[in-house]
Amino acid sequence: MIEAVLSMGGLALAAGLGLGFAAKKFHVEGNPQVDNLTALLPATNCGNCGYPGCRPYAEAIAEQGETNIGLCAPGGVEVMEKIASLLGVEPVEMEVDPGPKVAFIREEECIGCTACIKACPVDAIIGANKQSHTVVADMCTSCKACIEPCPVDCIVMVAVPTTVYSWVWNKPEVLH
Amino acid sequence: MGIVASVLKKFHGGVHPPGRKELSEQCAIESMPMPKRLVVPFHQHLGAPSEPVVNVGDTLFKGDLLGSAGDGISAPVHAPTSGTIVAIEEHVVGHPSGLTMLCAILEPDGKDQWNPQLQGVDDPFSLEPAAVRDLVKSAGVVGLGGATFPSFVKLSPPRDKVVDLLLINAVECEPYLTCDARLMEERPLDVVEGIRIMLHALQTKECVIGIENNKPKAIAAMQNAVAREASGKDGNIRVVVLPVMYPQGSEKQLIEVVTGRQVPSKGLPIHIGVVVHNVATAVAVRDAVRFGRPLVSRIVTVTGQGITRPANIEVLIGTLADDVIAHCGGLKPGTCKVVMGGPMMGLALHQTNIPIVKGSSGILALTQDESSGKPEHSCIRCGSCVSACPIQLVPCTMAWFAKTEQFDQLINVDLFDCVECGSCAYVCPSNVPLVHYFRYGKLALQSKAREEKKRELNKQRTKLRDERLAREKEEKERKKEEMKAKMAAKKKGKGTETHGSEAVSGEESRS
Repeated sequence: MIEAVLSMGGLALAAGLGLGFAAKKFHVEGNPQVDNLTALLPATNCGNCGYPGCRPYAEAIAEQGETNIGLCAPGGVEVMEKIASLLGVEPVEMEVDPGPKVAFIREEECIGCTACIKACPVDAIIGANKQSHTVVADMCTSCKACIEPCPVDCIVMVAVPTTVYSWVWNKPEVLH
Repeated sequence: MGIVASVLKKFHGGVHPPGRKELSEQCAIESMPMPKRLVVPFHQHLGAPSEPVVNVGDTLFKGDLLGSAGDGISAPVHAPTSGTIVAIEEHVVGHPSGLTMLCAILEPDGKDQWNPQLQGVDDPFSLEPAAVRDLVKSAGVVGLGGATFPSFVKLSPPRDKVVDLLLINAVECEPYLTCDARLMEERPLDVVEGIRIMLHALQTKECVIGIENNKPKAIAAMQNAVAREASGKDGNIRVVVLPVMYPQGSEKQLIEVVTGRQVPSKGLPIHIGVVVHNVATAVAVRDAVRFGRPLVSRIVTVTGQGITRPANIEVLIGTLADDVIAHCGGLKPGTCKVVMGGPMMGLALHQTNIPIVKGSSGILALTQDESSGKPEHSCIRCGSCVSACPIQLVPCTMAWFAKTEQFDQLINVDLFDCVECGSCAYVCPSNVPLVHYFRYGKLALQSKAREEKKRELNKQRTKLRDERLAREKEEKERKKEEMKAKMAAKKKGKGTETHGSEAVSGEESRS
């Protein structure tokens, strides 16, 4: 009896030590590329790309063979280009960007259910239960996360008008 | 002692565009009839916009507040005449985009009556310097040379800096413009009084008035006034006559000519002990301090081959350029461009129903042979722009980076040191619109930085939200636990309750 306990115990100890040693010795770091990609993405986890959040999208690109690097709508062309240069791949065509847009709540239709407030990843929607909500346009990242949860479909995306403060010079046109 | 060089220095590059000042230099400053309505933008200065404090229907005196200054670098806006606010709405303004800005539309009552409560200070030199600055600040005085930087900021040197020299910029190096020259000829004593108030606010003694030698009358008037007004009093005010060279009226170039010192890249004049103010600003400071009058008008040169009658006019802020042009007999046929400001740095207007603002020094009606607009050819790398650049930049390379959208490179070639004086574009044999490329590059970089900042804020907000959600969840859990504990305690407590009441009654009986 005692021999059996000792031998089994000894074996278990040896195996445990071996495993512990192997875990330390052959430890594999997480894919650093995932971290690099995550740093580029907006980190708002809006899910607009089809993945549950920014990190999952980064993991998909780095490890699961997702080839479309242009899925991040809030990041836009700029983030796509950064990803392209990080990975050393060609930039992809993104859907033509008709200029910045923000979510807008048609307040007369809003029933005050707070569903969109809970959905907004950047806390850009304000309002209280059974009170009309509104989007703080300056804070909206145009991720569209609020549109789906709205039970009365009163949220629309509207274009942000250009003002003297956001206007930029056009590039000089070369006439030949 | 002397920060002022004994021999005038020369700055790098520069150009000699035709002066064309003869068109309007003989025109005495006149006033014009009261327009039917004034359009006063709430943002006429560098820095934060002013906040509207009036409502439609308000009746105002001349000099009443329309918009109060925003935080930090900003300036208030005042009613240019007495009358009624008929609207507060978006109106086109003199902006390269041709877009609108919030404006107060004022219908004058024709009396042009100052608010009787506005009071000045008879002896500004008895005031604390800080009190002078406050007067200048609340009067909405901004740099009238065109940059519209709030003047009180430049009268408030940081505690650790000593101002050695107040440099009055009376160079007026832009061709065509004569408003500063006429002001010096007609109101030289007011200029000197303004300068003395500024010296007091800055707590310094040394002042140089820099004037180019193409304005002999203004030079004579100022020399007379200085001799009469400033002799025997505190302060050493001198008129320094400068050779004609564009862009000598650019702050850093003027400093280099007068003191021989260069303002470091990204630095300010105060870093080498100099403060520069425009000559018209000195008069505005005087009116603000001595009479308590806010800045509600400015002198505008209306000139160019395309205008029927050139003039120098004291125009109320908010007067439409259309009204000013009509007062000068309208545009002649053949006018192809109307420019606000000088021809080198001014702004070609999309339309002329835009208001005169604090920074509008001129309205130029230019004919075909006065304006550029030839098609752009390829850069031949001749280097003319490099020799012309007063900042010693390399304009052709900068334009190339902007053209090929290598925006990150633009920072390496010191794009933001460029003052957009236009000397490079003036000498370019290929008509490359260099300044346009620089503006394009600058705004592209700035909007990129804005986006970057916004993204950073969004990240932070998401982080805060996640933390909050985690906290709320924890709270919920904790409450649940507490509930459970309470329930458990209640169940258990049924047996012990009687003990408790006994104890209490025991206490009572003892007392």
